[in-house]
Parts: sequence; structure tokens; C-alpha cells
Amino acid sequence: MATQTSQSSADFYKQLGRMYGTYTGGFLAFIIFVAVLEQLRVPNYILGYLFVFFTLAVYAIIGVATRTAQVSEYYVAGRRVPAFYNGMATGADWMSAASFVGMAGTLFLAGYDGLAWVLGWTGGFVLVSILVGPYLRKFGAYTVPDFMAFRFGGNFARFLGVIVLVACSFTYVTAQIYGTGIIASRFLGMQFEIAVFVGLVGILLCAMLGGMRAVTWTQIAQYIVLIIAYLTPIIILSTKKYGIPIPELTYGQAIAEITAREQEMLQTGLATKAALKPHIEPFVTYTPLNYFGIIFCMMVGTASLPHILMRYFTTPSVREARQSVGWSLFFIFLLYFSAPAYAAFSKLEVYTNIIGRDVASIRPWLFTWGELGLIQICGKNAVNLDAVVAACKGIAGHPGVVRLQDFVINTDVIVLSTPEIAGLPYVISGLVAAGGLAAALSTADGLLLAIANALSHDIYYKMITPLRSGLRYLVITVIGAAVVASILLLLPGPSPIYGIPWRWLLLGGLAALIAAVIPFWTGATEVAKRLIVARVLLLLVAVAAAATASTRPSDILAMVGWAFSLAMAGNFPALVMGIWWKRSTTTAAICGMIAGFGLCLFYLVVTRYLPGIGVAYFGMTSLLNPVTGAPLVDIAKAMALPNAMESFPTLAHPLANKVGWFNLNNINCGLLGMPLGFLVIYVVSLFTKAPSAELQAYIDEIRKPRGQTVLEEKT
Amino acid sequence: MQETNDQAHWRRTTKLMLAHLGIWFFFGYVIHMFVNTLNQYTIPILKFPLGFYMAAQGSLIVFVVMLFVFAYQQDKIDREHGVAEDD
Repeated sequence: MATQTSQSSADFYKQLGRMYGTYTGGFLAFIIFVAVLEQLRVPNYILGYLFVFFTLAVYAIIGVATRTAQVSEYYVAGRRVPAFYNGMATGADWMSAASFVGMAGTLFLAGYDGLAWVLGWTGGFVLVSILVGPYLRKFGAYTVPDFMAFRFGGNFARFLGVIVLVACSFTYVTAQIYGTGIIASRFLGMQFEIAVFVGLVGILLCAMLGGMRAVTWTQIAQYIVLIIAYLTPIIILSTKKYGIPIPELTYGQAIAEITAREQEMLQTGLATKAALKPHIEPFVTYTPLNYFGIIFCMMVGTASLPHILMRYFTTPSVREARQSVGWSLFFIFLLYFSAPAYAAFSKLEVYTNIIGRDVASIRPWLFTWGELGLIQICGKNAVNLDAVVAACKGIAGHPGVVRLQDFVINTDVIVLSTPEIAGLPYVISGLVAAGGLAAALSTADGLLLAIANALSHDIYYKMITPLRSGLRYLVITVIGAAVVASILLLLPGPSPIYGIPWRWLLLGGLAALIAAVIPFWTGATEVAKRLIVARVLLLLVAVAAAATASTRPSDILAMVGWAFSLAMAGNFPALVMGIWWKRSTTTAAICGMIAGFGLCLFYLVVTRYLPGIGVAYFGMTSLLNPVTGAPLVDIAKAMALPNAMESFPTLAHPLANKVGWFNLNNINCGLLGMPLGFLVIYVVSLFTKAPSAELQAYIDEIRKPRGQTVLEEKT
Repeated sequence: MQETNDQAHWRRTTKLMLAHLGIWFFFGYVIHMFVNTLNQYTIPILKFPLGFYMAAQGSLIVFVVMLFVFAYQQDKIDREHGVAEDD
């Protein structure tokens, strides 16, 4: 890691190559070391702990070694991360627990329709590079709201930018911390709530001392772990099955076999037409509108998510920002074009070795997952052979062989169980767990930093510091009171630490934190104060996210999808119009952001949390089944139920997530919000006074890579 | 009116943007609308149905290649108009 800025970039680049080359070699050696330990009959759980703690320790060392006391290092890693390495860091930033663990499972269940996520989560980088990223790099912002404020007349637009950022990033980071909890608890047998806090410590060690600089260098290390972990099991599997170590090429064969087997299962009565979704048949899970809607929302959302855009603030030049988007997608592509192979190999295994097999001779690998409640056969958890046999005997007319409709698998199992299905040693399972953890931690780091930076840079430094001192104390007091009140009101549950209620634990922690910070604060320089605030806020946001995750909110995974739609509706029109149309005005952008984001949020909240009101007052109707075209719920019947108008119901509510306009899933609400945003910005701009000649000249500057960053010129 | 260097640069940048957005739209959406037709063809040796293959790998490869081509083309435009950064 270069510490002197005087170093030439070629030397820096070479040095990085050497460092990460050594690191990768070291990691491979570590895997071999653990494999040897396994041969020496060291128990599996110790191997699992070794993997998790070794990788966490490496991230923490990098995080501490790259600590910084400079503002530009903290916010944008000093703007000297080479394109190739920034691409790798973005890859880790981008690929979350959902990509690593969930994607293959979705493809397993939904077949072709699941590819909407693969397409949506890759194609968006084209928009990043062509429309937004390089221009923001030239602008020279620290955060996305920085750009909003500069382009659209100051702090109101900045504040809206912060709201959009927090709305889409907070739920997302909660989902990542939840993911670390799931992975750690499954592989290490830790209690979920404690696992969440182990993950939290890992995240804080990476991000707190060095900000963006530390996150960048740890994310590169995390990418290397996660990609090795993702590819190793299927490369071995492909070699075993087809003799070629390139699963992306061989799984075509598996798909052909799956399709043949599907026909066979239908003919022999092992599957019913209703239970079987043919793997390559399109539009059986999503209607064409929702299929293309997901692709579009995920793509445009990619180009609007602040934690992704801010990665391109760190490159040395605009040119490298563009190249870096290419490298990002390349590194992401390596994982995404392998995910369908996971799905195909697992499905073939399930269809040939589980379905149609005599109940009494089921392969034992699935009992470990059955014990965790993740695989069910004949309606009961597949805990052991006797339980399965008993459960199937309980079904009237059961033929004694497992049928497709008897078998239920949780989507998370697909990636996690592949090593066992392939009969690989436990070391590979440990590797996969370390990879999943790396994916969740790296994304959580990026998101946390995005939120904390927006709060410390935009809210504190740009909005609160410039206030007159009397007003400043008032604002800080109000915010402090709001934080304390929300802790008291929202977090009554017991924490994992001796069951002390969350609220007292957090208030105590807050008091201790303030006491710890005061000695550093008094007499500190302005720069030091900025960084103290940034770190304290990072800590607070992280704890809040972990506390939320430990309550296991039921909608957490859906919320990740929502984040894309919210980002898209709130940010995309203002960013694109701000760069590409000089005539767009302050009033127009503010109206556009409120309208687009508002409509999207409205659609989400009503369809999920107030569905009865949506039907009664906003003309919403039932969504339709994609295959038969029949409504999912009988609206008249459901509205007659006593709980029809209930607000904030659980997912079991007959109407929740099942109503809407135009048969549009609520995950696609950006499809409503974004066009409205563009329209409002366009129309209102025409009716308001054009931006000043000075501002227009700055926009010209953003469009030309040469020269100083615009923000530095102005301030 | 004589076009200034900046205007010419931006005109070419815009044209490049539209061209790439066109390709993006084609491989992101249009081609997948014909998935059923494409699925009637199978890629020889690999045995993928073509429609499935395009969504699982084909379009992705196009996106990756496109981004590097775009970075190269945009840089060329910047250099020709003298607004590229120094190497």
C-alpha cells in the first residue's frame, strides 16, 4: 500500500500487483493447509472457525494498516485507485450475500425467469459508464448528494439526495448484516444474534479507521476470497461430471438432461404439470411485463445507487473511471455467468438422485439441511431417514418414491450444499462459507460508508457547521433528542448480551461513546473534528443496522430489490438530466425527485403495508398468475374478511404484495416513479428560468475530462 | 453558426452515447422478447438452447466487451478534440 503520494503510478501499480499476488498465493496455501488438517482428522467445526477467523483477521489488518487522518483519503481514497483494482473493489462492493448465496437458488426455482436478475444486475454498468459515472468523477464530489447540491441550487436538493440515499442504503445494509448472521450461524453453529455482532465487528474494523481508503483495499482482498470460493466447487463438479473444468460451458449438457428428465417425470407421474416449472421455459414465474420490468429496474437502479457510484470517485482520472466500469463488470460477470451453472447442476442432482428415488434410500447429505429446516420432504423437515419415511407414509396414496411435489428446498441451500452434493471434502464447504461472508461484509462496508459519509459530509459538514452557533446547537440538540427517542420507542426487545433490553444497552453505549470522544474533540482541528464525526456516525449507523437485523425483519430480502427501485426513481432522472440537459432547473429537479421517489414509495407502501386501502381508494386490483392469467386473490372475497383493511399486516395477509396497478409487482415500482421524475423535470424546467450562464459553464466543464475537478475550482 | 470545438466534442459524445444505448437496449431487452423463437435453435456441442444462452451468457459478454470498446472510443473522441487528460 503506497503511503507517499510522490510515488509514480507505475510503481504503485506494480507494488499492488505484488501485494495482492502474494495475498492470493497465501490464501491458496491456507486452503491447502486446512485441507491437510482435515486429513489429520481435525473436527469440521474447527476448520470452519479457522476459515472465518483467518479471513476476518486479514481484513482487519488491512483495515487498520490503511487508517488515515486526511479528509480526501477518508472520503475518496485519495483518488488514486487504479482502474483494474477499483474494478475488483466494485465487484466486491456490488456482489452481496444475495448474489453469492441467493442468486443460484432463485435460478434453481425460477429457471429462465430467474435470469432477469442476472441480466438486470449486470447491464446496469453500461448506464453507469455511459450516462453518469465518469461525469461525477470529473465533477469531483465526495458523495452523490454533493452533486445534487451543486447542480440544483444548494442544501434542499442535497437534503433530498440524502433522504434517497439513506432510504435505499439502510435496508440494504441491514440485509447484508442479516446475511453474515445467517452464514456464520449455519457454518459455525453460533447463535444468530451473536453472529450478527461478530459480523458487525468485522465490518467496523475494516471501515472505521480508514474510511474509503481502507474499504477499497479490503474489498479487493474480499473479492479474491469470494470469487475463489464461488468458482472452486463448480469447477471440481464440472470436471468430475463432464471432464472439462469450465462449468459455464458444460452446464448446457446438464440443461439438456434436465429438460429430458422433466418430460420423463411427467410421463411417469413423478411430477404434476402444476408443480413442474420447465427450466428453460420463459414467463412462468413472472409475466413478460414484470420480467422486463425487473431487468430495467435493476439496471437503472445500478446506475443510481450511491454506494456504487461513489466507487468511481476514487480513480485517478476520468479515463480510468470509464475503464474501471469495464473491469467492474468483468469481475462481476465471472460470478454471474457461473450462477446458472450452480442452479443447473443442483437441479440435475435433485431431479435424478432425489426425485423418483425410493423414500427409504435417500442420500444422507440432505439431512444436515433438513435439521436446519431448509429441506422438507412430504411436508416435514427431512431430519433423518425415519422421519422422512414416516412423513411420506402419512400422505394418503403416496407411492413410496419421492415425487417433485413432495420436495421443498430453501433457495439458500443451493450454493451452500453444492460441495456436499459433489462429495467434496469439508474444506471446500468452509471455503464457501468464507466466500459468502466476504460477499456480505464487503457490500455492508460500502453501504455503511455511503450512509455515514452522507450524514457526516452532507448533513454535518455542509449543512450544520455553517449555521450560526445558536441555531447549530438547537439543530444538534433536536437530532440528538430524536435519536434517543427512537432508541427508546423502537427497540424494546432483549439484546443477545445477557438479555439486557436493546434500548438500555444502546443508550449506555451512546453515553460511553460521547464520554470517549470528548477528550479528542476539545482542541481538535477542523479536519480532525470532521473525521471524528464521520467515524462516530459510521459506528452509530452500523449498530442501528445490526440491531435491526437481529430482530429478523420479515421483509428484509424483498427490501434489497426495493432499494433499486427507490434509488432509480429518486436519483436517476435528476442525475441524468443534470448532466445531459443544461436547461434543467433547480425547481424542476426538486419537484422531479419528490414526485418520482414519492410515487415509487407510495406504491411500495400501499401494496405491501396498506393493501386494503389500495383496493378501496386507489383502484388497485389483484395481480395475475403468469401462466393461467387468473387473479392471485379473489378481491371481493378478501375485502369482505375482517382483516382486509388492516395496516402493516404480515405476509400472510391475503392482499399483501398481491395487489397493484397494471399487474405490476411492487419491486418494479421504479417503473412508475422514474418516468414521472423525467417528465416533471422536463416540464417544470420549461416553465422556470434557465440556470445561470455561470452554472452552465460548469456543466460544460463536467463534460470535458481535461482540467481540474469542478468542485475544487469553485471552493 | 460555426460549431465550436466543445460543441463538436459534445455532439460526437452524444452520438456515441446513443449508439451504445441502442446496443444495450437490443441485448438487454429486444433479443429476449424472441426467446421462444431462439430456443428452437440449439448451440452445437454445448447444447444450450439459444434463447436461454443469450440471457445467461450472451448478453453479459456483449455488455462487458461493450464497456471496454466504449472506454476506448470515448477516449479517442476526447483526444481528437484536445479535452482528454494527460497520460
